[in-house]
Amino acid sequence: MGEILVIFFGGVLLNNFILSRFLGICPFIGVSKQVETATGMGMAVIFVMGVASVVTWVVQQLILVPLGLGYLQTIAFILVIAALVQLVEMVVQKVSPVLYRALGIYLPLITTNCAVLGVSILNITEKYNLLEAAVNGIAGASGFTMAIVLFAAIRERMELSPIPDSLRGFPMALITAGLMSIAFLGFVGFRLKDLFGVM
Amino acid sequence: MSFTSQLTKGLVKENPTFRILLGMCPTLAVSLAISNGIGMGIAATFVLVGSNVIVSMLRNVIPSKIRIPCFIVVIASFVTMVDLVMAAFVPKLHEVLGIFIPLIVVNCIILARAEAFASKNGVMYSLADGIGMGLGFTLALTGLSAIRELLGTGTLLAVPDFGFPGFKIFDRSLAAVMVILPPGGFITLGLLIGLLNSLTRKKRKAHA
Repeated sequence: MGEILVIFFGGVLLNNFILSRFLGICPFIGVSKQVETATGMGMAVIFVMGVASVVTWVVQQLILVPLGLGYLQTIAFILVIAALVQLVEMVVQKVSPVLYRALGIYLPLITTNCAVLGVSILNITEKYNLLEAAVNGIAGASGFTMAIVLFAAIRERMELSPIPDSLRGFPMALITAGLMSIAFLGFVGFRLKDLFGVM
Repeated sequence: MSFTSQLTKGLVKENPTFRILLGMCPTLAVSLAISNGIGMGIAATFVLVGSNVIVSMLRNVIPSKIRIPCFIVVIASFVTMVDLVMAAFVPKLHEVLGIFIPLIVVNCIILARAEAFASKNGVMYSLADGIGMGLGFTLALTGLSAIRELLGTGTLLAVPDFGFPGFKIFDRSLAAVMVILPPGGFITLGLLIGLLNSLTRKKRKAHA
């Protein structure tokens, strides 16, 4: 249990996908103008990354490894993720039209979110088991959601601030993200393993 | 619309990193040293040129409804090639770039050029576009890397794969380590784009 908690809090705080691993910057900057849309994007990402972690882990361990096709990992994973996103979109549309309307436009964008492919590959290189992989996926996505929602809240306020013309928009967003990243560096001293009693 | 103008537009006018603002993840993540920047730039350029040429050759064969999955398969094949070649010949660089090599697949620059350019233009133009955009990306990445390597470590041009420690510009104890940590990446790139914006603004004013 302790190890699972270490993976979860490590993924959310210590190795935050956006602020310390640089995965998923495009949606982070692109879909963070309003808190509401940022939350929608975050929810869609949690869902897809959780499912993608499990599915790509199974594909790797049950198909690619036994057949000795490890070198096809990149191609296999991106196809699995693309197909998965399509499938999720269709299922959500059928099962919950309300959720579909909320997530609708964000779902297709997730295929090219590098955090999804990133977490799938990290699960394999870190040699996680199935449960750990699933937790890692959800934790990474939760960290992403937390960062993007906080960032959107800051940007909403920044709309009214006097910013030099040449820094307006994208450059200022990057600098803001940098300052947030400094705050998250503060978590690096956390000794999660001691906290949860893992040797 | 000549071959040369296709080649040079990616360098400055439509620079993928500074102008169109695509491919931010690898730009921020690997720009710690010039050797990383150049390595990543060359890898991405190879994939970009390869996928542009193949996509433009197949542009009349691929049905438009399933074009995106087709593009992704082409791109992923080239990425796999780069991944394996780099693992074999520059293992240290491959280790440093790590996950960002397979992640070239989802680099928006490559899919964006396949979709916006190669699927509508001939093979030669697409080749030029790929080379130009790739060089533009490499140039931006190398510039950012140079700033971060110099300020963060006090050396320039260290190449671990050849065992070369780099030229020492000033003492390491004076270096601002923050610049090579994640926050430094965000802030340096933000300020650099801001600087370029203000330069082009001045130029435009001078013209008007």
